[in-house]
Amino acid sequence: MNSAAFNDPTTARSLVEAISRLAKRLPEVRLMEVCGTHTMEIGRLGIRQLLPENVRLISGPGCPVCVTPAAYIDAVAELALFEGVRIATFGDLFRVPGVRRSFAQVKAAGAAVEIVTSPRAALELARKTHGEVIFTAVGFETTIPATAAAMKTLTVEGLDNLSFFVAHRLVPPALDVLLADPSLCISGFLLPGHVSAIVGAGAYGALVKRGVPGVITGFDALDLLAGICCLLDLLVKKEVAVKNEYTRVVPPQGNPAALRLIEEVYDPCDAVWRGIGTFPESGLRLRPHFAAYDASVRFGLKATGEEMPAGCSCGSVLKGMILPEQCPLFGTACTPENPVGPCMVSSEGSCAAAFKYGDRQ
Amino acid sequence: MCLAIPAKVLSIQGDIAKVEAGGCVTTADLSVLLGVKVGDYVMVHAGFAIQKYAEEEALANLELIRDLYRTIADHE
Repeated sequence: MNSAAFNDPTTARSLVEAISRLAKRLPEVRLMEVCGTHTMEIGRLGIRQLLPENVRLISGPGCPVCVTPAAYIDAVAELALFEGVRIATFGDLFRVPGVRRSFAQVKAAGAAVEIVTSPRAALELARKTHGEVIFTAVGFETTIPATAAAMKTLTVEGLDNLSFFVAHRLVPPALDVLLADPSLCISGFLLPGHVSAIVGAGAYGALVKRGVPGVITGFDALDLLAGICCLLDLLVKKEVAVKNEYTRVVPPQGNPAALRLIEEVYDPCDAVWRGIGTFPESGLRLRPHFAAYDASVRFGLKATGEEMPAGCSCGSVLKGMILPEQCPLFGTACTPENPVGPCMVSSEGSCAAAFKYGDRQ
Repeated sequence: MCLAIPAKVLSIQGDIAKVEAGGCVTTADLSVLLGVKVGDYVMVHAGFAIQKYAEEEALANLELIRDLYRTIADHE
């Protein structure tokens, strides 16, 4: 079945009507999405313009490169300048600034930085070169099984010139921290479809404990409208539950084989989310068994310390405390061509989405 | 970054499948998803198949979405 069925205008109109009806029975509600692809699709499809005034969509920390600490980028960029060192990174991270520099800048200065679309490409790179290759293992649960599988291949092959610098982040623990902040007033979550394809619906139990509903949501127009509609329906009924509106991809149990692999390779650890703070058990580190392939051990890399560029409000944007347009730098000192903070650099950042699709005059 | 696209499995050799999406043929690693067969649709992210995508599930999903607004209309 192609995606046209999930973008059918007639069904979309019926969902928009249902949303309006439900909204009349509610005070102002704030629904947070925590997936960069949701942020972009909501903007691209003009979903906000279809919603009643009292239904606000706010973007949370759904872009893994936006929350990767500046110190992580600086540490890798610095290492890249050494002779014989090659960095393999996802393109998403390429232009994101650290405090001192970005990968793009060190590449321009002659460093070997290669963009890869899969951790398998990092393996291939290591097989055909003698120098050290460092792979930047960033991403949420959607990406983690892929890097875990590649790490296992790496150890089996014994490729001793490849190591991973891990900055994976986990979505469910982050939601729990956001909910603990009463100033955010989140009424419900549009939960990330492809993260959920791995973790399953059961991973969001903390939401229910905190009394906030969530709906696992896909990426086509009907998915997004159905996710919003279902959340409003739960709010009207005062029902606190996690529902799944993306059943064609997300089975209740997620992907158990992928979850086992993640557990085999990684241990949870406290982790810094750029601009937001340290969240307990919200990151991963390689298990001691894989220490020989851990770039933080091999090169003594550290990603501690938390600095933001002067005047940058990405931290408040990532928590949904302010809209991108409310940052004093937005659209003036900070634009996609000349970005200051990570939310404007990343193609899935909240500020980039607001700049591209917003109603700026 | 969590973009994943549906692709059809054309052939399988060990853990690697040849897959087709939107007319493009590429490879996908099957080592994180169990029980994939030739002819299946899978969601591919970062070179790995992360979940299955079945035609009948898609139809059921569409029905679930339609049920949502039908039920709300009935409540009024």
